[in-house]
Amino acid sequence: MIVIALLLLISIGIAAGFLAAFLWGVKDGQFDDVDSPAKRILLDEQKNKQL
Amino acid sequence: MPTAAHTTTVQTPTLCDHCGEICPKHDIVAESGKHFCCEGCKTVFELLQQNNLCHYYLLNEHPGISRNTENDMQPSYWASLDQPEISRRWIQYDDGKRAQTTLFLPQIHCSSCWWLLENLYRLNEGILSSRVNFETKEIFIAFDPKRVTLRGVVETLVKLGYEPLLDAAPTDTTKDSAAYRSRLRKIGVAGFCFANIMMMSLPEYLAIKDAVEPSIAMVLRSLIVLLSLPVLLYSASEFFISAWNGLKNRYLNIDAPIALALIITFARSIYEIYQQTGNGYFDSFAGIVFFMLIGRWLQARTQTRISFDRDYRSFFPIAVQVVRNGQTIATPIEQVRTNDLIQVRSQELIPVDALLVKGNAEIDYSFVSGETLPVNVTQGGLIYAGGKQLGGLIELVVVKEVAQSYLTNLWNNAATGHAPSAKANFLDIVAQYFTLVVLGLGLAAGAYWWWQGQNSLVWTVMTTVLIVACPCTLLLAATYTNGNILRILGLNGLYLRSADIIEKINGLTHLVFDKTGTLTRSRQATVRYEGVALNAEERRCVAAVLNQSQHPLSRAVAEHLQAKTSDIVVRDYRETLGQGIAAWVEEQSVKIGSWQFVGATAPKVSSNTLSVAIDGVVRGYFVVSNAYRSGLEDLFVRLRQKFSLALLSGDNAAEMPAIRTLLGQAADIRFDQKPDDKLNYITQLQDQQQAQVMMVGDGLNDAAALKRSNVGIAVADGANAFTPASDGVMAADRLNQLAALIGFAQAGRKIILFSFMISFAYNAIGLSFALQGKLSPVVAAILMPCSAISVVLLTYGLTQYLARRYGLAISV
Repeated sequence: MIVIALLLLISIGIAAGFLAAFLWGVKDGQFDDVDSPAKRILLDEQKNKQL
Repeated sequence: MPTAAHTTTVQTPTLCDHCGEICPKHDIVAESGKHFCCEGCKTVFELLQQNNLCHYYLLNEHPGISRNTENDMQPSYWASLDQPEISRRWIQYDDGKRAQTTLFLPQIHCSSCWWLLENLYRLNEGILSSRVNFETKEIFIAFDPKRVTLRGVVETLVKLGYEPLLDAAPTDTTKDSAAYRSRLRKIGVAGFCFANIMMMSLPEYLAIKDAVEPSIAMVLRSLIVLLSLPVLLYSASEFFISAWNGLKNRYLNIDAPIALALIITFARSIYEIYQQTGNGYFDSFAGIVFFMLIGRWLQARTQTRISFDRDYRSFFPIAVQVVRNGQTIATPIEQVRTNDLIQVRSQELIPVDALLVKGNAEIDYSFVSGETLPVNVTQGGLIYAGGKQLGGLIELVVVKEVAQSYLTNLWNNAATGHAPSAKANFLDIVAQYFTLVVLGLGLAAGAYWWWQGQNSLVWTVMTTVLIVACPCTLLLAATYTNGNILRILGLNGLYLRSADIIEKINGLTHLVFDKTGTLTRSRQATVRYEGVALNAEERRCVAAVLNQSQHPLSRAVAEHLQAKTSDIVVRDYRETLGQGIAAWVEEQSVKIGSWQFVGATAPKVSSNTLSVAIDGVVRGYFVVSNAYRSGLEDLFVRLRQKFSLALLSGDNAAEMPAIRTLLGQAADIRFDQKPDDKLNYITQLQDQQQAQVMMVGDGLNDAAALKRSNVGIAVADGANAFTPASDGVMAADRLNQLAALIGFAQAGRKIILFSFMISFAYNAIGLSFALQGKLSPVVAAILMPCSAISVVLLTYGLTQYLARRYGLAISV
């Protein structure tokens, strides 16, 4: 049954990894402007086409 | 070509290929066959064409910003940015090779703007890169300080029509964004803990805890307690802080019962774990904190994009030209001292109270007082801060520094005279009763079981009653509804400062409007001509003479005439300030001005008029009246039914008949109102009639009244982002929707009430379990997400439905 405890720790560890990634994203300002990047990628494509 | 002014031929207007405005009859046609409304637009087009940036025009139709404004700053205006002590305010980083600046460009409105602004490096090789934040309308520019200065960057933007708004007091957005990020972090932590606690409580949910080995159960419990600690100590901290602050001021807010419930849930759960009777209510505990934080985040999200706290200094230029030892030096306005000699050019704002010593002053106070006609000041006369010079270059001696000027005093007066403190928040009132009732119930139930001799149940029942009666669903209902209402109002052009304003809109009894710039379009007028008709040639001559003048009436009539004047030579032009203008055009003498000046009889209308005489013969007069925004008739018909209306204008009474028909017989209409009068009027309404007043205004002259009123709404004309401090900002072209927006905000109250009833129902179910001492963690774990999710969905659906019923847009 010790394997269950191990699995638990691993699963929490993975989830904590995602939490850390989220906190890092917040700190980096990734969520300060959630609209612009989505549109920017479209514009870049059109720019390349024109060049 | 029409021969008389009052006959016009119907034709579809040509739209400017740059900005989409209607071109005058003599539009400017470029070699490429494009039409432009003005030279400015054409210049931008050519600039983009040369740099192979015409993709700008493919993304959107007419994306450009009209360059046909009289507000253009003199090129020298930006020269003050060459001084390091001024430019430093906007440069966040500079290591000699790379400098960074963030500028606010209120004109950003479409993806074309975006595309162009992110391709700035193709226009100016000193610019390394640029990024646009569409939501906050900010541009972040990195440039090479060796190749281009901040002034160069700004001038590149101005050339394209994106004039940055350089505040003398840049607003500090770092605090807002820090709070926003901290809230996101709290949500992330709470969500993580919530999900993992739920997972570990699974054996208990499935009632298989006996199948789990004791050692594993031990591990599970320790992990659950560990995971709940960050929720209690970090994520939920704001509830405890807010409740404590309320209690310190002897006031129970909604956070008080929530904090109480959270603490009791936690303590009770720890006790259960310690007694090894169960896993406690940690899952419900973490989940509630998670959902409540999301609600608060949604409610605050829509408010981040607009600055509501513009200081008077935002209206002033960043620097003025001070003459010292015969040289003019651009000086930051705070450093201008009494007795300094300053130079002000045409179209510049005067930031200090000053005496005129040189030149002809024609001061437009429309921004400060609401008066549309400029005031003439003779040498030695006093000019107040906030006026805008329309004539040529003038020199002034500073009488009072910025900090003591008339305008600043006005502002500070208003700041001290805050609106009477509103009634306690509706949610908090409900919370007070709720807390008392729940505490009473808990005690009564405990007493009952003690009397029954079931001592073991007393403790269980009392705590579970408090746990289940946590008013978190109430909070969820209110925050999610308010968040969605704010979002929908924002989509329809009304941006409110906070959710409290929705509450204040509910109690409104009086609406007070400003005229100039609010109901009327500033810088636009309707013009009609009465008298002996002018032929085409005469119209051109009159227009040519009018074009020499900066006076708003002249500009309005010149625009109305739409004649091509570039080939007409005007000689001997004379302007008598406040009287009129006279000149010779092609062997004709043209005199335009007041009827006294021209020698005519007094016109029979109350509006502003401009009489015309050609070769000494009086021909007639132009009647210039305000251009009202569209859709106002319907708006006021609807508003009249619900509110008492009033209009306070700083202007003269020329527009009285038009206003009377618009606002109706019952309305209180006052003209020649100084800013103080407006403030006093609102104070009186509030004191004597216990009125809840909404003030709708635009200029600095309304600033005091906006602050004093219960709800102050500043009307902003499109790109022009100058709005005084207020509770809300409204897009001027949506003003005709005001009645629907108010109605919708008021209907939001019903949604909150309805969802309160739903959450009371959930609380009642929970209580019925708790009072019998049967509230197991599983019941709590089912009840909590059910109530949270159903309330969220319900409020969302109802707000969307109501918005549609009020004819409001519900998506972008």
